[in-house]
Parts: sequence; structure tokens; C-alpha cells
Amino acid sequence: MNRWIDQGKSWLETRFPVIEFWNNHLAKYYAPKNLNFWYLFGSLAILMFVIQVITGIFLAMNYKPTAETAFASVEYIMRDVNWGWLIRYLHSTGASFFFIVIYLHMFRALLYGSYGKPRELLWVFGMLLFVLLMAEAFMGYLLPWGQMSYWGAQVIISLFGAIPYIGGDLALWIRGDFVIADATLNRFFAFHVIALPLVLVGLVVLHLIALHRVGSNNPDGIEIKAKKDKSGVPLDGIPFHPYFTIKDMLGVIVFLMIFAMVVFYYPEMGGWFLEKDNFVPADPLKTPEHITPLWYFTPFYAILRAVPDKFLGVMCMGASIAVLFALPWLDRSPVRSIRYRGPIYKVALTIFIVSFIGLGYLGTVAATPIATNFSRLFSVLYFAFFLLMPYYTKIDKTKQPPDRVT
Amino acid sequence: MNDDVDHQKRRILTTAATLVGGVGVAYVATPFVLSMDPSAKAQASGAPVEVDVSKLKYGQLMTVEWRGKPVWILRRSEEMLHRIQEGSDSMRDPKSDELSQQPPYARNEFRAVNSEFMVMIGICTHLGCAPTFRPEIAPADLGAEWQGGFFCPCHGSTYDLAGRVYEGVPAPSNLVVPPYRFLTDTRILIGVDTESA
Repeated sequence: MNRWIDQGKSWLETRFPVIEFWNNHLAKYYAPKNLNFWYLFGSLAILMFVIQVITGIFLAMNYKPTAETAFASVEYIMRDVNWGWLIRYLHSTGASFFFIVIYLHMFRALLYGSYGKPRELLWVFGMLLFVLLMAEAFMGYLLPWGQMSYWGAQVIISLFGAIPYIGGDLALWIRGDFVIADATLNRFFAFHVIALPLVLVGLVVLHLIALHRVGSNNPDGIEIKAKKDKSGVPLDGIPFHPYFTIKDMLGVIVFLMIFAMVVFYYPEMGGWFLEKDNFVPADPLKTPEHITPLWYFTPFYAILRAVPDKFLGVMCMGASIAVLFALPWLDRSPVRSIRYRGPIYKVALTIFIVSFIGLGYLGTVAATPIATNFSRLFSVLYFAFFLLMPYYTKIDKTKQPPDRVT
Repeated sequence: MNDDVDHQKRRILTTAATLVGGVGVAYVATPFVLSMDPSAKAQASGAPVEVDVSKLKYGQLMTVEWRGKPVWILRRSEEMLHRIQEGSDSMRDPKSDELSQQPPYARNEFRAVNSEFMVMIGICTHLGCAPTFRPEIAPADLGAEWQGGFFCPCHGSTYDLAGRVYEGVPAPSNLVVPPYRFLTDTRILIGVDTESA
């Protein structure tokens, strides 16, 4: 019997490297033994992606992407399709949870310096994923064809119009009509359900290839590959499977409990996950009193509003995302982890967190003079965190990290 | 392997093949890129709209749809025109110097063919929201200086009763005046230019 199994394995392995893949990426892929809960969010992001793809496929079976039918077909899904409400709420709540997971995942990198050499490309691929995910969410938000869908898209596409010379034609090309119309909705549907998800899958693969080349960073920010035993296994490394697969499964269970609670009891989250104005069909002649993007865009939106000039505002908003790409080269600290950083970085990071959350809040409220002034202050602090980083990380008093992980 | 390989020739051939291939890619990409421009149907639907303004009272605003955009027609009283004249100092472009924002026949103090009827596209020049009509003077939320005009709820841009943008707001230019002509004293055709007299 055993002989048969062995022969079968060898037959398969000669033709398709299942065991080799399993070993390279799971059973003999060594991850630092001190990874804490912050390291759950990578696998949770994959989980969210899978949930969005599956629920999305089933939504597409009943959704109709035309200006006449889109709003009604979403209501049809909510009221008449068996379990349609659940699939739709999983998808809409899933979008917000996806961003919660991604923001925490990115913040982990900030805490432990995970973008530092040699993980620059890992970070850049991750940032590309973040930008594409924003595009994916933005296009998905037009599909219900509610008031906020319509006017949110109007504002964001008009951003391209601020580019000198080509801006007007570019915005026209993106819309496919003189205003947001049926053509826009139909093409956004195509991008949302096929084009961007395909690119996202490709980038996730690149992100993982880069990760498995350099290995995970860890809360101490030191290289476990620097100290290996005789057989070449890192002394502080443990196999990803079974140790971290079990750990990630625990994370998945806790996460799904919270996710299910929101899906079943607070799917709109008081207007934060599904905005109230979006329960009104799109009206091209009337803007809602108060336009706000969903919460995951508001920090960048607040920066846009803080600048009293159209072109500069768009540039600043673009720069606030672009500057994140440069993070690996802005950080000049000799240590990676917050545990061994000096007081200046800790203060700077605290100011950054306050500014980012402050901007996120201000992006949701009306543009009163007081709110605008606070937005300006926080925008300056946001950029200062990055642009002064080469300086303050260099002069900061760091502690000596240990030889081995703690 | 073989030392007789002519590397220079190989490089030239590789470069030439890459260039020709690149041109081919550009040609193939063209129909796909252009397919996203407004279709013939979308371009044709910009038919002119005829509006009867005889029932419009002074200070009243009506909205009609042209090319899917809201077009406002505001009937202005003498007093409103007076306030427009007085407010010129706080405008970014009081004399309509930016030519793309109105047809030549609407390039005057009141940005209109007939100063009584203001015709303009109700889309904020900042990021495309629809501003709200706020004709009242000095309301609590807009301040004591407010002389009546349009307020964009999205990002706080303000315009006067001639659609001229105030200084110090995010919107860069005046509201757009569409092409239009008077068929009679109270009938306006929007979407067709006034013939040059």
C-alpha cells in the first residue's frame, strides 16, 4: 500500500512540483518565531480578497450595469433574490473590512520598519496593490448608481480635469460621455469585475514572490537569516506550516466573528460603510448637500480640500499617496523596529497617527473655516512626517537591537 | 558556444524587431483606447433645447437639462444687476477674461446676451458638483458679506449672480455659459450660438 502511494507521489512530482512547492513555501519556509498579532493582517487581506471575489461573482449574476436598471437591480438583490441581502452586505461590508485590514497591515510595516532594505520592492508592490485597491473600491462604489455613487464619481473623475492641457479630454475619455452616464457605469463595471481583479491577483503573486525571497521582517527588526544552524535553517526561524498556518487560522476565526457581527447587525455602520445618500437614485441635476467619500478615502480627500487651488489640491492629494512609495528611501535609521528607535521617531509616528486619523475625520465633515484650518495643519504634519524623515531618523538616539530575536 | 557570433548584428536585429513590434502594439492599442471616447450616439444627443422663460419671476431660477447637464436660467432684477456691478472687486475674473468660459456674445459685465436672463451650466468648475442657489442677502451660514449667488456644498466655492467666481475659493474659473440664442423675447434655444450680428 505504502509503496503505491510513494510511487504515485514520485510519478506526480516528476511531472508537477507539488511537494517542492509545498516545502519551499510552507513546510520548509522559515518565518521568525517572534511574529506577533500584527502579522495576521497579510493572510487576512488574502481572505478578504477571496470573500470579495466570491460574493462579487454572485452579485454579478443579478446586477444590471445600465443607468436605467442599476439602482433597481441592487434593490432587487436586496429584496427579492434569495439570500441576496447577505451576499450584498458581505460584499459592501467586506470592502470596508478590506481597507481596515490593509491599513493595519501597512501600519505594521511602519511600526517595525518592514520596508527597510532588502524589502523595498516588497513595499512598492504592496503600495501598488493599495492604489489599485482604491481604484477597485472607487469603481465598485459607482455601480449601485445612488446619489453618492454618482456625485462621488463626478468629483473624482473631475480631478483628472485639473491636469493642464490634456485634463479636459482625459476626463471625457474616462467618462465616455460629457457627464457621468450609462457609458461610464458600464465601463466601470467591466473594470471592477474583471480588469482590476486580474491585475490585483498578479500583483499579489509578485508581492508574495518578493516576500518569500527576503522572508518576513519581525518585531525586533533584525535578520533571522544572519544566524543559521549547520543545515542552513535560521536559528530563530520556525516552519510556516504548521506553526503559522495554525496561528493564522486562529486570526481568521477571530476576524470572521467580528466581520459576521457587523454584516448581520450593523451592515451600514451608521452611514460609514454604506452612506445614507446612496439609498437615493442618482440625479444628475442635484448634488447632495454634503458629499463625502467612504471613510477609507477621507484622509486623502481632506488633503485635497485643504488646498485653496484646484491644480495644487489635486497635486497634493496625489503626492500624499506617492510619498508613501518613497518610504524605504526616506528612512535613514540604523534600526528598523519601533522597539529600538529613539524618542524623536516615536513622537513623529504619534503625530503622524493623529494627523492621519484627524484628516480622516475632517474629510467626512462640512468644509467650515475651522475644519479647513485643522485640515491644513494636519496636511502639513502628514507631509512633514515623510519629508523630514531622512533628517530626524538620522539624528535620533537609537538603542542597539539584540543579536537574536527576543 | 560559438565565438563567431556577430553580436553587433544581433543587437541591431533585436532593436529593429522591438521597434517594429512596438509600432504594431501602438496600432493595435489605438482602437481599444479610442473606443472609450464618447460614442457617436453620445455626441449626437447634444441636441438643442428650447425653453420658455415667460413665466419666470424676478429672482427665480429654473433648471433644464442639456447634454445631461443642468442648465440654469435666472431672471435678474435691476437691483440684482446693481449688486453684480458692485461686487466686481472681489471676483477672480470680473471681466470674463477667460475666453473658454463663455461664448463671445456673453462676454460682458453680466455675462449674458440679455442682462435680465442669466443662462449658465450649473456645474461647479472645481470638481463638478451642482452648486445651490442662495439668493438671500447675508444669511447666517454664508456671512454678512454675502450678496446673493451660488454656493457649492462640496468644497465651499462661491459664485455671484452672474456665475463669476469669488477670489480665495477652490474653483478656478467662472461658471460656464453655454451657447444659446433668443428665438423671441421669452423663448431661448440652448445649444445653438447666437448669430454674430
